[in-house]
Amino acid sequence: MQEFRHNQTAHCENGVTVSLLKHHGVDFITEPLAFGLGSGLFYIHIPFMKVNNGPAISFRTMPGAIFKRTCKALNVDVDRRKFKSKIEAQKFLEQKIQDGEPVGCQVGVFHLAYFPKEYRFHFNAHNLIVYGKEDGRYLISDPVMETTTSLSPEELEKVRFAQGALAPKGQLYFPKSVGDISNETLRLAIKNAIKRNCRDMLRIPGGVAGVKGINYTAKKIRGWREKLGEKQAALYLGQIVRMQEEIGTGGGGFRYLYAAFLDEASTITGNKELLKISDKLTKSGDLWRDSALLMSGIYKGRLNSQKDYDDCANLLNEISKLEKEAFKELSKIKI
Amino acid sequence: MKKSELPQDESALVNFTREVCYVKNEEGNYQAELSTGWEVKTEALNSAWKDIEERIEEAKLSVKKGEKSPIYYFMELRLMDLTVLAGYTGFWKFQIKRHMKPAVFSKLSDKKLEKYAAAFDVELNELKNTQF
Repeated sequence: MQEFRHNQTAHCENGVTVSLLKHHGVDFITEPLAFGLGSGLFYIHIPFMKVNNGPAISFRTMPGAIFKRTCKALNVDVDRRKFKSKIEAQKFLEQKIQDGEPVGCQVGVFHLAYFPKEYRFHFNAHNLIVYGKEDGRYLISDPVMETTTSLSPEELEKVRFAQGALAPKGQLYFPKSVGDISNETLRLAIKNAIKRNCRDMLRIPGGVAGVKGINYTAKKIRGWREKLGEKQAALYLGQIVRMQEEIGTGGGGFRYLYAAFLDEASTITGNKELLKISDKLTKSGDLWRDSALLMSGIYKGRLNSQKDYDDCANLLNEISKLEKEAFKELSKIKI
Repeated sequence: MKKSELPQDESALVNFTREVCYVKNEEGNYQAELSTGWEVKTEALNSAWKDIEERIEEAKLSVKKGEKSPIYYFMELRLMDLTVLAGYTGFWKFQIKRHMKPAVFSKLSDKKLEKYAAAFDVELNELKNTQF
């Protein structure tokens, strides 16, 4: 039986996808490739919803989508299960471990024992791999960490059955069978993934998703100081920065990741035009970082005039324009 | 972002892990690099925690004044909202809101209180006799 190898990545779901696919012999998979094939880049500002008392914003696609899409694109069959009963969930996991099959688990971080307290919010879409058991403890490969760790059965059960939004319900998943992955399969996977990502960024109706969503947030930011007061408005900006950053993804992290994907896609397909779009996404990542820096001036209390909020909003408008341009050009490239 | 610009600031990640970031190296290619943190993020996290601590203090005060039951205080202390607490206890949100009234709380059965105690990770006694 093949021994499991831990991989550290910027983002947890990419990491689980990479490690599980590598374990099943997909040697060429990298984090940017997994992220890109899963059409991972996104933006959405969900109106009227609060997360941890702040705005609900996401810079990436729905939880679970990256693993699902990437596997599908590479003709990898996937098994994914949710459980009503904790006993059944435990039994199934135990069986998989005895079979020597590493499995991905969706977990909540609030009760995740090895996480620093500062990061432990009721956030339920974290992903990790259980790859074995030793001395009664489950061996854990958490992709955001440099090394592997372990959890007691009680600790693991608690995080697998965390409650609240996106409750994992003991959810676990793993590749069932990996077929033949030809160069042509990979080329097609890249082509389709890019097409889907262009659609998500440019053509979702409603004005809160994709590049339009970034403008929606900009519009909101202009009104926050007046509407919520300085204190609350500053906290909201802090939340935007934290969402951009959720543990493991550096500033503008997902934009750089997508730029890195386009670089790899260019090497694989031989299409040099993709490099130009990659540069635009790099620029966008830099601008997101600039916006975080500007927002931090406000939540640190150094800046607090309406003009400062307008500056943040203007920067977001600029990012929206740049990403719109990038994805419009990307949608025209023939792969 | 260039490799040379990757921040290596202090953060709560210390003694836990360094995080992976994608940066451009000298040859202009992307590569993964490790960072100890970025001050901009650390400050965002700090300001969120400062707000949480204020919320907890306010909750404490409203329990002391007899405006709210200890359930409200423990919910804030455990960073929960009604959705999360409903998930852990099995009560409906409107029931929880009622249980946050001191008069209703004082008549709750131990069986119901046990559910809250388990959700908050405290002893039943602690929940019943909150002393600030």
